Amino acid sequence: MAEVVLSHVNKAFGVTQASRDVSLTVPDGAFVVLLGPSGAGKTTLLRLISGLDKPDSGQITIGGQDVARLTPAERNVAMVFQQYSLYPHLTVRQNLEFPLKSPVLRTPQPEIEAKVAKVAEVLRIGHKLDNKATNLSGGEMQRVSIGRALVRNPSIYLMDEPLSSLDAKLRADLRIELKHIQADLGATILYVTHDQIEAMTLATHVGVLDHGELVQFGTPREIYEAPRTLAVAQRLGQPRINALPAGLFPDAPSGAATIALRPEHILLGEGREARVTRVERLGDQTRLHLRYEGHDLVTVADPHSRLESGDTIAMRPHNPLYFDQNGARIAQKG
Amino acid sequence: MSAYSVTAPSRRSKFFAGALVLLYTVITLLPLLWIISTGFKTGPDSIAYPPKVVFSPSLEGYVNLFTSRTRATNEQLAEMPPPANWVEEIVRRRNEVITGPSRFGERFMNSVIIGFGSTFLSIFLGTLAAYAFSRFRVPLKDDLMFFILSTRMMPPIAVAIPIFLMFRGLGLSDTHLGMILLYTGVNISLAVWLLKGFIDEIPREYEEAALIDGYTRFQAFRKVVLPQAATGIASTAIFCLIFAWNEYAFAVLLTSGNAQTAPPFIPTIIGVGGQDWPAVAAGATLFLLPVMVFTILLRKHLLRGITFGAVRK
Repeated sequence: MAEVVLSHVNKAFGVTQASRDVSLTVPDGAFVVLLGPSGAGKTTLLRLISGLDKPDSGQITIGGQDVARLTPAERNVAMVFQQYSLYPHLTVRQNLEFPLKSPVLRTPQPEIEAKVAKVAEVLRIGHKLDNKATNLSGGEMQRVSIGRALVRNPSIYLMDEPLSSLDAKLRADLRIELKHIQADLGATILYVTHDQIEAMTLATHVGVLDHGELVQFGTPREIYEAPRTLAVAQRLGQPRINALPAGLFPDAPSGAATIALRPEHILLGEGREARVTRVERLGDQTRLHLRYEGHDLVTVADPHSRLESGDTIAMRPHNPLYFDQNGARIAQKG
Repeated sequence: MSAYSVTAPSRRSKFFAGALVLLYTVITLLPLLWIISTGFKTGPDSIAYPPKVVFSPSLEGYVNLFTSRTRATNEQLAEMPPPANWVEEIVRRRNEVITGPSRFGERFMNSVIIGFGSTFLSIFLGTLAAYAFSRFRVPLKDDLMFFILSTRMMPPIAVAIPIFLMFRGLGLSDTHLGMILLYTGVNISLAVWLLKGFIDEIPREYEEAALIDGYTRFQAFRKVVLPQAATGIASTAIFCLIFAWNEYAFAVLLTSGNAQTAPPFIPTIIGVGGQDWPAVAAGATLFLLPVMVFTILLRKHLLRGITFGAVRK
């Protein structure tokens, strides 16, 4: 395991700037999650670190070593591809053995068998080991693809939305399993997702990308509580943060263009009247869709709330976030 | 009456399709059947009119194909020791004696060496070129690809005279190497184009995964691309082999004593002592076999789409 440092990395594909002066440190043993909308340059960063693509400028070091001249094999990174990329002419077992049998590793056969068996057990694919890689469900393929990375002990694991096509139950299980693996092995992981639950639960650090730029890097709590821009604020939080014109409520600081309200920023039962337009009862919580002075917002109410659509309820902001015209956050007192 | 279905064929269309396939099969197989049966007829049976569909089989054609013979009078035959084996017996029945083996075996081996040699070379070079065209940034790629294809636009025989002169100048006339190079030259354009199509279909992600799994690009090519290209390589090999195996014009022009292949040799059988159709048919039958066996062996690869479904699109 090793620390991975990117400094001032740029990469363009034709006219698209996929990475814009990205500087990022993945500390040794950290679980860094990259968040961002599609096309933000998340996968590009993984490919640059793995050596599949070369940066136009900037430096990448793995464990202190500049890797610019190293091939992907020499960088000793493992990658889980979003499209699985299982070798279709091989069985599941052969797929898992493939990296261990590479000329770089040349693992002895008993060790290969032990490692494959262990990974297969963790990922619950033991009964499918002798299947052809093409003869699996989507979820199984994805697990084999994770397994092919986990059999190794690389400097860093690069994972591109590894849980995206699993069903909810398996995804939750594997989330916990990945966290265990990371803690047990002390593994360094750089993980791309757009699932915020994965980001919040797995990450020791979160990096938010937008248009190739690393907008903010910090702990999940920092990103959630102190987002630097409105775009970052909108990446995390369920229901999504409400962005309204700052002038709708009193006490906006000067220069504020937008007031952003998470459910916990909305106090119900005091303040001004809003009309309930829809009530979604999710069981553990109830979501209220409110209409306030011509603007829609969504918040969370007590699960046993008796509110119905058409009712009115008083509300007021409580420690909201303010952003200026460019979407940059306006720091507040206290 | 079953419910209307978009995907399941109706009984009538099944019957119609079946009949069509059967008709096609009969049309293609009939000449083949004719050749094979003629090979087992006697001389008189082979030219009988109306044609004999039922006949007593004979190995005369095959014996004639593999032997050189001379006529003998009854007195000469009477003085000889009794025939040593069934081959001699067949020959003597027609007042002939064997003077030695024919050149068919040798010619057939020439066909094998030249046919398979040029197929191997076309596939070997074609696969490497196709991979490079498919994966790397080659300057003027489209122009080069078109140039390669354009070599196939003219009938090869149009350049027979220049090739004849070149071969004579280079000492390649009537050599195995010369014929292998010539057939490879003709086949390589087809091989590059076909194989590039097959390799383009193999997603790059597999190679990228292999690169990260610790393999070099060449190892990734060998362990990941080649096995998946097997289907394409097999079908391309069959096309190349069929061309090189059946080629007649260049073989007539450029080979004679040493490297002559079977196609120009088989017709020469006709000239030796009357029209020996059974021997010609026997030669044609044996000549058909390798391509048939090769095709049947590779049939599995032709039919199976092994790369289906492992990359999420």
